[in-house]
Amino acid sequence: MSEPALNLEELKKLAPPAELRRAPVVEGNQGLGWLTDKLSAFAEGKTPLWWWIFFIPAAFAATVIFPTCLFYQVFTGVGVWGNNHPVMWGLDIVNFIWWVGVAHAGTLISALLFLTRQHWRTTIGRMAEAMTVFSVAMAGLYPAIHVGRAWFDWFMFPVPNSNGLWPQFRSPLMWDVFAVNTYLVVSSLFWFMGMIPDFAVLRDRSTTRIRKAIFSFLAMGWTGSARQWHHYEKAYVVLCGLCTLLVFTVSSIVGLDFCTAQIAGWHATIFPLYFVIGAVFCGFGMMLVLMIPLRKWCGLENIITKSHIDKVAKLTLVSGLIIDYIYLMEFFIAWYSGDPYERWVFGHRLFGHTYMIMGWILIGINVCVTQLLWFKKVRSNLLWLFIIGLLINVGMWSERFVIVVGSLYQDFLPANWGKYMPTIWDIGLYIGTLGAFFMLYLLFVKFLPMIAISEVKGVMPQADPHHPLGGAQKEAGHE
Amino acid sequence: MSEKIYGLMAEFDSPGALLQAAEKIRAAGYRRWDVFTPFPIHGMDKLMGFKNSLVGWVSLAGGAFMFLNVVGLIWFANAFDYPLIVGGKPMFSVPMTFVPAYIMLIMGGAIGALIGMLGLNQLPRLHHPLFAKKRFEGASRDKFIMVIGALDEKFCATETRKLLETVGGTHIDIVEDKD
Repeated sequence: MSEPALNLEELKKLAPPAELRRAPVVEGNQGLGWLTDKLSAFAEGKTPLWWWIFFIPAAFAATVIFPTCLFYQVFTGVGVWGNNHPVMWGLDIVNFIWWVGVAHAGTLISALLFLTRQHWRTTIGRMAEAMTVFSVAMAGLYPAIHVGRAWFDWFMFPVPNSNGLWPQFRSPLMWDVFAVNTYLVVSSLFWFMGMIPDFAVLRDRSTTRIRKAIFSFLAMGWTGSARQWHHYEKAYVVLCGLCTLLVFTVSSIVGLDFCTAQIAGWHATIFPLYFVIGAVFCGFGMMLVLMIPLRKWCGLENIITKSHIDKVAKLTLVSGLIIDYIYLMEFFIAWYSGDPYERWVFGHRLFGHTYMIMGWILIGINVCVTQLLWFKKVRSNLLWLFIIGLLINVGMWSERFVIVVGSLYQDFLPANWGKYMPTIWDIGLYIGTLGAFFMLYLLFVKFLPMIAISEVKGVMPQADPHHPLGGAQKEAGHE
Repeated sequence: MSEKIYGLMAEFDSPGALLQAAEKIRAAGYRRWDVFTPFPIHGMDKLMGFKNSLVGWVSLAGGAFMFLNVVGLIWFANAFDYPLIVGGKPMFSVPMTFVPAYIMLIMGGAIGALIGMLGLNQLPRLHHPLFAKKRFEGASRDKFIMVIGALDEKFCATETRKLLETVGGTHIDIVEDKD
């Protein structure tokens, strides 16, 4: 404290050269009040036209197509889908893994990047968490109805029942029940807890009685006192740590569902890691798809800066490269094992007449298109990134299709050979879940604080009591 | 139905100003005071002498409770109540319980962290004397508010107000406690 404060000119001399300096988290160098206005503007302002243009079709898919396909399947049976011997796991499981995958990047961004003190994650963390919560909800639905008799779902939970039966806890499918439910609960808690201070912001800003009542209820009496922040920060770190564990657990367990089976193409120890990285890769793709239009339409270019998008793109590239390595290893091990069934399955992934198109989509997107992200030009072009994000989602979807269907349709005996073609109900249900996801996401964007207001403010130089902008100059005692 | 004084609130414009003021308030011997800020201010918890938050322990307790319960449940379900032979393995072994128990540990830990945070902060609460103050709304925006409680031994409506003025507080106001 006794050190004389530096003036701005001296500070500039001490600062590292421009190319080594970190990009500011928020551009524009405005005050905290401006930032608060900016971040809560979308939730408080008039609903723009684009919101309705996306909301209405999404809501139609979510409230008409989704329940129609769901109820028809539940009332009729799994037979309405294309699943049949030998392909008993079809689009339902493909979509399940896909949705779980989308969820993972959200947790990775918000939890793991918090633990590694990446300040830029504050601006996109909340959006990523929302993506997690909604996509886990979609994912959880699939296994629940794939069991065929959805009204017996409670058999999967260890509930005392009159049959005296218990679940069999050695099965990875059983672990899945725990994993997906835990993921849903924990990511919702994490999401909600992160929003408490921001609910307080919206409460204090609200102009109508009804808004005030709703946000007062949600903020639960948050005052932002030092004591509250003290406990809150601790709880946040703990939750981040637990969520990070979940990133690596949930998809690992989904991977175990496969690798404990003896099917050629599934029976590989690499699967847990494979699924985790695939999930993260797919989720980053989804993050690009959501983030790029929203920053423009919600006027958040200063907050979600190009530098942040560049970082997400780099993370996408890293996870994509790991995925490519795993593909290489899969094919190598299939060849190296000398197992004719393994070789058969992997040969047919790329050269089998039935599903080779899916195999080449996988290679074309996940291996080739991803390499575009090496170039700074691509990473700074938002349109390109948006398209790459969409393509990654398609590529990862086809990867799951290749794994699930591609391994099942031709196994050890020619008697077990068959084909799988999704029916309109398979596709309708997928469209329905997509609609439900986007509907929930649009509602979240419109009504809840879509950017962590207090977190972003907390990483601003104005928030640092030892920074000249945070009021440290006054302590100099020069006057 | 008496109108008591809850405390005196003062407003500051920057976290730096608040931190310096807080140092002086502490040096003046006040103990029952708190600051209300839009985000946590680094150095404030040290200055206010907070010990490590108990939230971590609550979370650990929640996690351990769930972990042990699930281990017990699996033993009860698959080895005791309805013994089940799977793959010729023992009815019960510790490794077989690990994955579900570990996942429920995460669940218990997360619920523990949230409940611990809310419990230690005495939330949810419906009202707080400060909510009656219009200027308090700035505390979630860009203002930094300090409140010295009337229960403090050194509290004196005039002296404390003077002190808050000298440390740079503005908009000093009495907060009423309507009971």
